[in-house]
Amino acid sequence: MSVREAEARPAGREPQAAAEGARRTPSRRLGRNRRAAGKWWVPWLFLAPALILFAYFKFLPMIQAISMSVQEVRPYLGNLYVGGANYSEILSSEGFRSATWNTIVLAVGQTAGSMILGFGLALLVEGQTRKLTFIRSAAFLPVVVPIAVVAELWRIMYHPTGDGLLNQILGLVGLGPSGFINDPDTSLASIVVTGIWRGAPYDMMIFLAGLAGIDRGLYEAAVVDGASTKQRILHVTLPGLRPVFAILFVLAAVRGFRAFTEVFLLTNGGPNGSTEVLMTLIYKLGFEQNRLGIASAGAVLLFLATLVLTVCVQLLRRKKVA
Amino acid sequence: MSAATDTALGLTESTSVGARIAKTVIYSLLFIVFAGPLLALLVSSFNHVSDPTQLSIIPRSPTLDNFKIAFDHGVLKYLANSFFVVGFGLLLQVAVSVLAGYALARKIFPGMTLVMVAILATMMLPEEILALPLTLVLADVPLVHLNLMGTLAGMIVPLGAWAFSILVMTEFMKDVPRELEEAARIDGAGEFRIFAQIVLPLCKPALGVIGVFGFTMIWDQYLLPLLVATNSDSYTLPLALRTLRIDPIVTPGVVMAASLLALLPSVTVFLFFQRSFARGLTAGALKG
Repeated sequence: MSVREAEARPAGREPQAAAEGARRTPSRRLGRNRRAAGKWWVPWLFLAPALILFAYFKFLPMIQAISMSVQEVRPYLGNLYVGGANYSEILSSEGFRSATWNTIVLAVGQTAGSMILGFGLALLVEGQTRKLTFIRSAAFLPVVVPIAVVAELWRIMYHPTGDGLLNQILGLVGLGPSGFINDPDTSLASIVVTGIWRGAPYDMMIFLAGLAGIDRGLYEAAVVDGASTKQRILHVTLPGLRPVFAILFVLAAVRGFRAFTEVFLLTNGGPNGSTEVLMTLIYKLGFEQNRLGIASAGAVLLFLATLVLTVCVQLLRRKKVA
Repeated sequence: MSAATDTALGLTESTSVGARIAKTVIYSLLFIVFAGPLLALLVSSFNHVSDPTQLSIIPRSPTLDNFKIAFDHGVLKYLANSFFVVGFGLLLQVAVSVLAGYALARKIFPGMTLVMVAILATMMLPEEILALPLTLVLADVPLVHLNLMGTLAGMIVPLGAWAFSILVMTEFMKDVPRELEEAARIDGAGEFRIFAQIVLPLCKPALGVIGVFGFTMIWDQYLLPLLVATNSDSYTLPLALRTLRIDPIVTPGVVMAASLLALLPSVTVFLFFQRSFARGLTAGALKG
């Protein structure tokens, strides 16, 4: 919708359009249609670069992943069809199961944390004053900082001794020192916190767009009816944001499922496998151990999980709307 | 309409001293939590930080040594690689998207729905999951038999297939009035001229959106460059941060200096094009 907003409309087109409309005659219109319908290959010419690139770099890899997942990949020797053996092997492996569990914890933690905090932030910084605009921009910065930088920065802040930046802050309130990413008990939670730091401002921006779309008349009506702020949030704001919640849920959950870079750079799955997620496991299987068949099976399963999640949420939304 | 009903919380209405202090505390806290770590990064890159515990937001004896050491480790070359990838990658992505968007928005042809659905479906394919088989394609591109592994081209070419940009361009181009196109056609303009001189110039806001988003997306990429860069010559700056950190003689201050160079381009783009950014954010999230 928003790309079509009035402010974004091409300027000065109205007078021209009107002039053209006046000049247009039925016969000319017919001529235009014939010419526009004309050469059948014109649209395909415009689409050709996109179609070639999508075929090479989206569809072909997908087909390759599926076909490798049912083969034992043997360089130089030729691949061997093994049916579902890769799937049964990866599904029964202890490493895959713990990675699945860690991925779910990471995705749920990051999604819930980012959405709750993001919603709170959006409520706090909604408004038009210059001060709020400044706070909004500052709070949004983590989203545009490259994930690799975020990971290196938090790695230093998570320094495990009492002198580390975050441990000093914990010390102020009489806690810690925590081992953070170096302690198997807190490593996954630490990655979740880093993820929320980067995810909450993103969710905040989307919530703000949703908040802007809520009819101000409803707030006025709520005030007239003597509703408290809490009631106003519960009965006006939250229902108005329901579609936004659904979309953010899918986006954030998929973001959690595919998490790789922050885990790779902060812990690389350690200590003791406590933060091994599916993407780091697939990376290790595929690139460090060169077991492409098994890695592909893992990738296909992960893709199916994101697909099921997306479709389920879409169906739930339809049902609610209907 | 009173200020109380302008926002969900109606915060601007409260003017009592207590409420104002509470608001100041909340907003300061917000600023410290989200911008504080980045300020610490900024300050530390200009400080002698020899171990991680010295990261702070208090400047002490500012120095450029961190940057000098970072440059000695090839950071400028990695930065140049990053700019090369983002420059040509974005060019390719935008060119492909405007061409495809033109066909999808302004033409009616058999198979159009199928093409649209196929392109949109790829938005559900997370890049990370596709990365592994993608490298096999890049190692031996079918039909042309090129090996793009270990080259910057291998990071650039896949960027051309980006459904979000095509979607934004298609939606926007649908709104360019038909009458302009008709007039140009009557005046004898060819198909490509109508595209380049009539439709495209009217799509500047959409070009802003896909440009800004494409830039930050490409700049943020990690896994694909990691897989494609088989030697350090083709590292982008984000990749180099890790090798820099692992180097035992490199201090955290140097890593922060390199990190600062890695975040400045995308942060600058965001600060300069905030409107395009906000527009694309909601377009992407609320549609995709």
